[in-house]
Amino acid sequence: MAIPLLDIRDLTVEFATRNGTVTAVKKVDISINKGETLGIVGESGSGKSVTSYALLRILDRAGRIADGSIVFGGVDVGGADERTMSELRGREMSMIFQNPRAALNPIRAVGRQIEDVMIQHGLATRGNARGKAIKMLQAVRIRDPEQRYHAYPFELSGGMCQRIVIAIALACRPQLLIADEPTTGLDVTTQKAVMDLIVELAAERQMATLLITHDLGLAACYCDRIVVMEKGEIVESAAVETLFASPQHPYTQRLMRATPRLDSQVADLLPADDERRASTKRQPIGPPLLEVDSLVKAFGSAANEVRAVDNLSFTLHEGESLGLVGESGCGKSTTSAMIMRLLDPTSGALTFAGSDIAVISAKQFAHHPLRSKLQMVFQDPTDSLNPRWSARRSIEDPMRRLDQLNRQELNTRVSVLAERVGLPAHLLDRFPHQLSGGQKARVGIARAIALEPKLLILDEPTAALDVSVQAVVLNLLASLREQLNMSYLFISHDLNVVRLLCDRVMVMQAGKIVEEGPTEKLLSEPSHAYTRALLNAIPHPPAQASSIHSSSAHPPVTAL
Amino acid sequence: MATMSRTRLIAWRVVQAVPVLIGIVIVSFLLTRALPGDPAAYFAGPAANAESIQQIRVSMGLDRPLPLQFISYVQDLFRGDLGTAISTGQPVIHELTTRLPASLELTGFALLFSMIIALPLGILAATRPNTWVDHLCRAVVTAGVSLPTFFTGLALIYVFYYLLGWAPSPMGRLDFLYLSPPKVTGFYVIDALIDRDLETAWGALSQLLLPAITLGLFTLAPIARMTRAAMLQTLESEFIRTARAAGLPRRKVLFTYALRNAILPVITTLGMVFSFALGANVLVEQVFSWPGIGSYAVEALVVSDYASVQGFVLTMALLFVALNLLIDVIYTLVDPRLNTQE
Repeated sequence: MAIPLLDIRDLTVEFATRNGTVTAVKKVDISINKGETLGIVGESGSGKSVTSYALLRILDRAGRIADGSIVFGGVDVGGADERTMSELRGREMSMIFQNPRAALNPIRAVGRQIEDVMIQHGLATRGNARGKAIKMLQAVRIRDPEQRYHAYPFELSGGMCQRIVIAIALACRPQLLIADEPTTGLDVTTQKAVMDLIVELAAERQMATLLITHDLGLAACYCDRIVVMEKGEIVESAAVETLFASPQHPYTQRLMRATPRLDSQVADLLPADDERRASTKRQPIGPPLLEVDSLVKAFGSAANEVRAVDNLSFTLHEGESLGLVGESGCGKSTTSAMIMRLLDPTSGALTFAGSDIAVISAKQFAHHPLRSKLQMVFQDPTDSLNPRWSARRSIEDPMRRLDQLNRQELNTRVSVLAERVGLPAHLLDRFPHQLSGGQKARVGIARAIALEPKLLILDEPTAALDVSVQAVVLNLLASLREQLNMSYLFISHDLNVVRLLCDRVMVMQAGKIVEEGPTEKLLSEPSHAYTRALLNAIPHPPAQASSIHSSSAHPPVTAL
Repeated sequence: MATMSRTRLIAWRVVQAVPVLIGIVIVSFLLTRALPGDPAAYFAGPAANAESIQQIRVSMGLDRPLPLQFISYVQDLFRGDLGTAISTGQPVIHELTTRLPASLELTGFALLFSMIIALPLGILAATRPNTWVDHLCRAVVTAGVSLPTFFTGLALIYVFYYLLGWAPSPMGRLDFLYLSPPKVTGFYVIDALIDRDLETAWGALSQLLLPAITLGLFTLAPIARMTRAAMLQTLESEFIRTARAAGLPRRKVLFTYALRNAILPVITTLGMVFSFALGANVLVEQVFSWPGIGSYAVEALVVSDYASVQGFVLTMALLFVALNLLIDVIYTLVDPRLNTQE
């Protein structure tokens, strides 16, 4: 067998913290051959990113490689001096990151940032760097590369920024590309475009790729082999076909179960013996609860008007769960803000529980009796909690404001709510930073249901959570709807998740609903091209081993 | 295209300064009228009776209603006439133009001195947290803010003038052996250099050194602290990681990537420190008999010298506005993100 391009043996990485040494990566063995694509899959805290930082030796000051060897192309990376490393980084192995906009220098023109790398590694001189940088912009399919050369990151979309980061990483034709969650936070269609671009450029340059992701579906679509990591250790390593056909380790099995597939029900995400599984009983649909009629929100001056929401009409019935799907900038968050009466619509009517709430100004609605019947769960479980309030204080806040309860009653209510959302009572006095992502999500949900709302607006409630936590939270939401007879307006970019929770789905594009229908029908027979594009772009873990790689065979999406 | 909007942005900032200036003129006028004490009584001297005081009041125009006084004040302003200082009998504008450069020279040198020390110290401390450089930075910062300037000044005079005899006597801007250089900028060191009179330049510089260091030790602290904090924060940013992963050398990462981003809050601090030092260096001026604007203002305040105080407040306000304008302009040059703001 040929010598692998990269050979990691027994890698152990430790971090010095206030509470002593923490081992983030334990005895990890990884090898990649030339031209191969390896996926490292794991949830937050699994050590997958730390492994890649160790590989480039760009660990934080507190981190150090405690043990093991890293050999890349015959060079001992662990023992190499800083000079050798500088030559390796960017030239032989390079990296692209999550959150592309933050990964670029905000006050340096993107073209210059590409030039910096090329000049540093001797692939360009000051004289010809500009032309070469523009060529690189062309290679990552940036339109008008001459103009974009002068652009700053804040002037570009997330997808464009990621292309720039890819251009920086590939400018020197490295042998190994490390992609650390390269598409997290990007829209599905952008994700597909970016991933297809990486795959294509990698193939063209016979480059090995290390794809680090939390998304099994993504790894299945684009990798040859997958390594599953949990708590700093590799629990399983196999070719994609083998791994999906017969996952060996219980963690891999749990992860696979929790990843939504085309055919899974919400309860399927959790093991059969898990008591948190939601019943799949459908609720009876009642009379209309929320009627939205010709809702418009326009921004900008009259001459230069932009309609974020353009003539939107729909009806949501009691007990119904309605999905609103669209990509960033389509107007779905503006819609939810108007329904929540946080934002005044430009025109249109909102009838909630029989009364027109569009005529009440956003300021007054905070004290309106109907306000308690309308609640929201936010996308970021951390940012949506007051960092200086305990979980208990956060949960009781709406009751303090809108209900007249004494201390005793408040405490009882909070305990009931905590039990309902599965939050252990001893966590109630903790602060957000002392809680895990899933626990914070539960606090957010408990707070939203505290006043027994009729309508709950869920704005990407699981987007920031690991898949296993997402599985639990989705089941919790499904159970709560049945127990409390609530209606949901579920806003998401992820059709897969929406499908699990909604009876009916609306697809939104550029402020308008382009397609609407019962979930099963819309997903199986989408009529609008945009719906089809969205569905196509979602990477699925294979239902059977034979269908692997089918989705990477789609022609690359080069627009966006 | 980018430069076009940049020029327009800067022009807009300048226009925005106009209402501020009008406000300053009004406020400085009203504030001085609110001062306790009667300038007419002071001017008339201890032997005056009520009648002569009244006479002086009329001659100074202080008996007229406030709006009328204000109008004639503004009219005088437009002619460049800031009135006459009661205590010295000199036109205020003359006093200010000789004293302001003295203060500016002192503050400017002090700031230069503290920047030369504080910026490298802050950067080094940020790149090597919890090493001896970091501890040194912390010690210097603490000492800088906690030692009062009059104490540092006296200590420096004691050591370098009295004990070692290295420094000239702390008596003003230039030893009486020298003639002041022909006025171009009003800064003695620079004027002497323009005049190619190295001896006078050296004389002026050696007079300047101790007070500038005294003030500089005080202004050093906030600059070093802000540099360290801003650099620490920037060095943890994700784009620094990208630059490192791309194999850019340490120097490039540190200066082109980190420092240019970290410099923005440092510039703000510099502006604040400069304007603060300009007003607050009275103590240093007193210790070194420096004929600056600060001691002038204190003397004028004591005797309710309306014209001088107004002149001082107006000058300082103009300086503040000019300085803030300069900082805004530097900001727009450093940070492209500001160009898009309305």
